[in-house]
Amino acid sequence: MLKVSNLHVSYGGIKALRGIDISIEENKIVTLIGANGAGKSSTLRAIMGLVEKAEGKVEYNGEDLTNLHTKDIVKKGIVLVPEGRKVFDNLTVEENLILGAYTRTDTEEIRKDVDKVYEMFPRLKERNWQKAGTLSGGEQQMLAVGRGLMVRPKILMMDEPSLGLAPLLVKDIFDIIKAIHAQGNTILLVEQNAKKALEIADYAYVLETGELVLEGIGSEVLKNDRVKEAYLGEAK
Amino acid sequence: MDKLLQHLVNGVSLGSLYALIAIGYTMVYGILRLINFAHGDIFMLGAYIAFYGLMFTSIPWWLVFILTAVITGFLGILLEKLAYKPLREAPRITVLISAIGASFFLENLGIVVFGGRPKAFPIPDVFNKVIRFGGVSVGVITFVIPVVTIVLLIGLNYFIKKTKTGMAMRALSKDYEAASLMGIDINKIISITFFIGSFLAAVGGIMWGIRYPQLMPLMGMMPGLKCFIAAVVGGIGNITGAVLGGFILGLGEIMLVALLPGLTGYRDAFAFILLIVILLIKPTGLMGEKVTEKV
Repeated sequence: MLKVSNLHVSYGGIKALRGIDISIEENKIVTLIGANGAGKSSTLRAIMGLVEKAEGKVEYNGEDLTNLHTKDIVKKGIVLVPEGRKVFDNLTVEENLILGAYTRTDTEEIRKDVDKVYEMFPRLKERNWQKAGTLSGGEQQMLAVGRGLMVRPKILMMDEPSLGLAPLLVKDIFDIIKAIHAQGNTILLVEQNAKKALEIADYAYVLETGELVLEGIGSEVLKNDRVKEAYLGEAK
Repeated sequence: MDKLLQHLVNGVSLGSLYALIAIGYTMVYGILRLINFAHGDIFMLGAYIAFYGLMFTSIPWWLVFILTAVITGFLGILLEKLAYKPLREAPRITVLISAIGASFFLENLGIVVFGGRPKAFPIPDVFNKVIRFGGVSVGVITFVIPVVTIVLLIGLNYFIKKTKTGMAMRALSKDYEAASLMGIDINKIISITFFIGSFLAAVGGIMWGIRYPQLMPLMGMMPGLKCFIAAVVGGIGNITGAVLGGFILGLGEIMLVALLPGLTGYRDAFAFILLIVILLIKPTGLMGEKVTEKV
C-alpha cells in the first residue's frame, strides 16, 4: 500500500536517515521503534513532505508521492498525527475537528464524522466549545487523533502518541489505536514505548542512527534479544 | 455641548478609518509575523486608483469604488508574491527590510507614475451634502465612514469565525506545520489575507480621499504609521484590538485638538506618545496575548 524505498534525509550536513526501506500493507499496524534521534520522526516527516528528501522514493498504491506537497499528500488520505499533538489551541475543540476535514467538501458527512469522534471520545464532546488550549495533555492527544481521523485517512501515522502522558492514559491511547485499527484503518505508529507498540503491531521496524537494523513480525521482534536489551530494559 | 458632540462624531469617523487600515497590519502580522510597512502605500494606491477611475472612466462612482477595492486587493497579493514570498524561509529581519524597501518603491513609483503634485479627489455629489441635527453639522462622509466600517467589520468577523477559510487562517496563525498537515494550502491562505488587508486599506483610502480630498504619493506614510501604532496599541495580531486601537487613536487625536487648541501642532505626536505609553505600561497591547515561552 505505502512503500518507502532508500529514503535519505539530511539536516545541513547531518545525515538523519541513510537509506530506509519500509512497506505498509493495508489494514495492518506497523510500528517504527528506536531511541531518540534514530530517525523515526524524520521518516514520518519525510513521507508527509515536511522535510526534504535527499534521496529515495515514496509510493502509494503504485503512485509516486515523493515530490508532492504536504497538502496533496493529505488529500491522498495519508495523515500524520504529529508529535506533541499540535492541536490549534486558539480554536475550539469542534473547530479543530472540522479543520481536520479541511480537504473534504461533504458537509453532512463531516458532521457525522464529528459525532463519531465524539462517540469515541466522550470527553471531547463535553468540551466541544472550549478552546483546545484549555484541555489536558491526554485530551489534547485524543483531539489530535480525532482530528486526524476527520480526514478519513487511508493511512494514519502517529508520532509518539503516548509521549508525556500518565501511565493510565498511555493504556487508553493504545486501546484507542487498537480500536481505530479494528475499524479497518491502516496505521504507522512511531513510539518510544517499544513494548506497548510491539505488542499491538503486526510488523515492526527497528531504527538505529538513521538505519534499519531489524524488522519482522511484532511478536517476534518483541522476543529478539537485542531489542529486549536495548529497548525493553530486560537483561539477556 | 453641541461642540463636544460634533468632535465626538468626527473622532469616531476618523477612528473608523484608522481601524480599517489597522486591520491590515494586524492580520498580516498574525499570519506572517511581519509588519507590512508597505500597507500605507497600498492605501495610497487605493486612493489613486479610485481617482483615475472617477476621472477617466464613465463607470458609476460606487462601482469604481468596489472595483478599486478589488484591484487593490489583488495588488496586495502581488506585493506578497514579489516582496515577501521569496523570503518565506529567511530570518524575520530580512523580510522586514524587504517591507521597508517595498514601501519606498511604491512611494517613488507613485511619484513617477502619478506625479508629485497633489491631485484633487473628485468627490461624488452624494458625499458633498451636509447633515444637520441640533447644533451639529457634519458632512455625509463623516457618517458614511463609520457605517461602512461597521458593515465591513461584521463581514470580516463572520468570515474569520464561521468559514473554513477563516478557520484555516486562525490555525495558520498558530502553527504552519500543523496547518499544512490538515491539507491547508498555506500560500493560498496568505494570499487571501493580503487580499482582505489590501481591500480594506483601499476602502480606507477612498474614504480618506473623500474626506481629505488631496492625493499625494506620500499620503500613505502618516496614516500608515498611525494605523500601525493603532494595531500595536490594540495588541498586534488581534483584530478586535486593532479596531479598538484605531478608535482610541482617532478619538484621541480629535479630542486633543478640540480640548487643547494650543496643542494643535502636536496632533500627529499624539499617536507616538500613545505608543510610547502603551509600550511602557502594556507592551503586548490592550488586547494582546500574553507571550509565554514554552520550554
